[in-house]
Amino acid sequence: MSLRTERAADRRRGGRLVPYVFAGPAALLFLAFSLIPIVIAIGLSFQDTASLGDGEWIGGGNFASMTSDPLIGTALMNTLVFTVGTVPTSMAIGLALAIALNRPLPGRSVFRALFFVPMVAAGVVVGVIMSWIFNGDYGVANNLLEALGLGRLPWLTAPGWAMATLVIVVVWTRIGFCMVIYLGALQSIPSELKEAAAIDGASRWARFRTISWPMLRPTTSILLILNVVFSLQAFDVIYVMTGGGPGFSTTVLIQYVFRSAFVDARMGYAAALGLVLVAILLVFTLLRQRANRKAEEML
Amino acid sequence: MTATAPIRSSTSSRRRRRPRPARWLLVAAMAALAVLMVFPLYWMLVSALTPGGQSQSGSFYLLPEAPTLDNYTEVFAQQPVWRWLGNSVLIASVGTALSVVVSLMAGYALAKYRFRGRGVLYAAFLVTIMIPIQVTLVPSFLVVARIGLVDSPWAVILPTLFDVVGIFIARQFLLGVPDALMEAARLDGAGEFATFFRVVLPSCGPLVGVLVILGFMTRWNDFLWPLVVLQGNENLTVPVALSTLTNNPAFSSPYGAVMAIATITVLPLLVVFLAFQRQFVQGIASTGIK
Repeated sequence: MSLRTERAADRRRGGRLVPYVFAGPAALLFLAFSLIPIVIAIGLSFQDTASLGDGEWIGGGNFASMTSDPLIGTALMNTLVFTVGTVPTSMAIGLALAIALNRPLPGRSVFRALFFVPMVAAGVVVGVIMSWIFNGDYGVANNLLEALGLGRLPWLTAPGWAMATLVIVVVWTRIGFCMVIYLGALQSIPSELKEAAAIDGASRWARFRTISWPMLRPTTSILLILNVVFSLQAFDVIYVMTGGGPGFSTTVLIQYVFRSAFVDARMGYAAALGLVLVAILLVFTLLRQRANRKAEEML
Repeated sequence: MTATAPIRSSTSSRRRRRPRPARWLLVAAMAALAVLMVFPLYWMLVSALTPGGQSQSGSFYLLPEAPTLDNYTEVFAQQPVWRWLGNSVLIASVGTALSVVVSLMAGYALAKYRFRGRGVLYAAFLVTIMIPIQVTLVPSFLVVARIGLVDSPWAVILPTLFDVVGIFIARQFLLGVPDALMEAARLDGAGEFATFFRVVLPSCGPLVGVLVILGFMTRWNDFLWPLVVLQGNENLTVPVALSTLTNNPAFSSPYGAVMAIATITVLPLLVVFLAFQRQFVQGIASTGIK
């Protein structure tokens, strides 16, 4: 710390402007394409406008009409189901794979690469491939089920099934990411710790619970936040595979924002919805940080 | 399980007594899972090579009976696929190059300088990770339209130049670059910018590699924003074009055409990933999350 202040003093003698020049381009782009649009979005959320720029100011009208909009409840519920369905599942499978691949298994670098491959594919590509695989009439999933003597399933055409299929698809894309992050964290745990515990007779599970798991806590925490953000922002796959249907059974909040803006042409309402989504994300992050701080204090 | 092994056994004897069958069972399970993970991409390729008739059947097959490139010739003949590819390459490469420079510079300022507003600036940057694109979609479109860029590649490139994750990764990496390196350069009389570009950057090979790969992948795969700002069929990027093909009645087997374009979208990235796999995976694991 003291070294750092010393260096800072050095720099002050040099050019004070230097860091601003380095950070300048990013700050300007941030201003033009993040901050200003957010300010405009806040403005829009207090207007009743079908097109851009000629809205009527209606105060909190958009927020008030949310309370009587039954689709909001549906969208929130779907968002919750989708997030709870995807996040812990991806993380648990990712962790299990990381633990398995952290050992000297034959072919583990090949496995690691193969598990990671789905992450490379664009959301749209994943969407079209999976729509095709889970197509009711010609899809390979149903063709296989039928060849095995089992019935065809309404993967994307029945409400409950459509959500389940989306969850499976998104978990498929995310396992590799969670695995890679966990694997990196596992490899940074000094092996002496585990060896010492093993010599003391700690079982594999005990070693995991008392050494690896606590040391993975920061990783788990960041992965949780990232995955929740990914899930709340998941758009491409749902847009391509179900478009929020059948009915509104897979209309998550983000889908509903898009729908309000570009299908129902209620830009102001969409902006208000988007802000509610941001509020949810911020509250979640703050809660998570507080929980972390508590956990650290307890250690 | 080895869980209940007697306390006195030494590590080496434990290792030798690890049951081999369990290990091979694990490998078998991994292999089965690997097949499951790769199958969708395999199926994309199979479907791209399957003639229309067979793909529209209800029976199970794992290989096309008569593999053909008809789906490719058909879609290339009917749609401006080369234009789409050109647009995607231009947007992804120019966007990545500019964005990486912006991120490196910002990451350097945040990691190695103390200046008024640094904390606020970094916090403001990080908060944007939480702002979903749907919130800024309409207003950003307004900004781009005001500048008069709609339907041009710059409409896609400019708003995505600011890359929080890139800045975050750059900052994390640069925090680890020893200050002695910079001090030495300064003692040699190098200015701040020469220090950065001639001394610090050359030691950041892995960082630049990770930023380029991640940035290119994100831009190549991007969907919603290009969908909004690009309109003419000639000006689309490949993923946006792909989404317009799914319900295009002009093809004998729409999914054949779609899968043909899907392979073209994925293959370049797959090749890059397999070639730079180590940098890619290790980069994400070591610099992305700390």
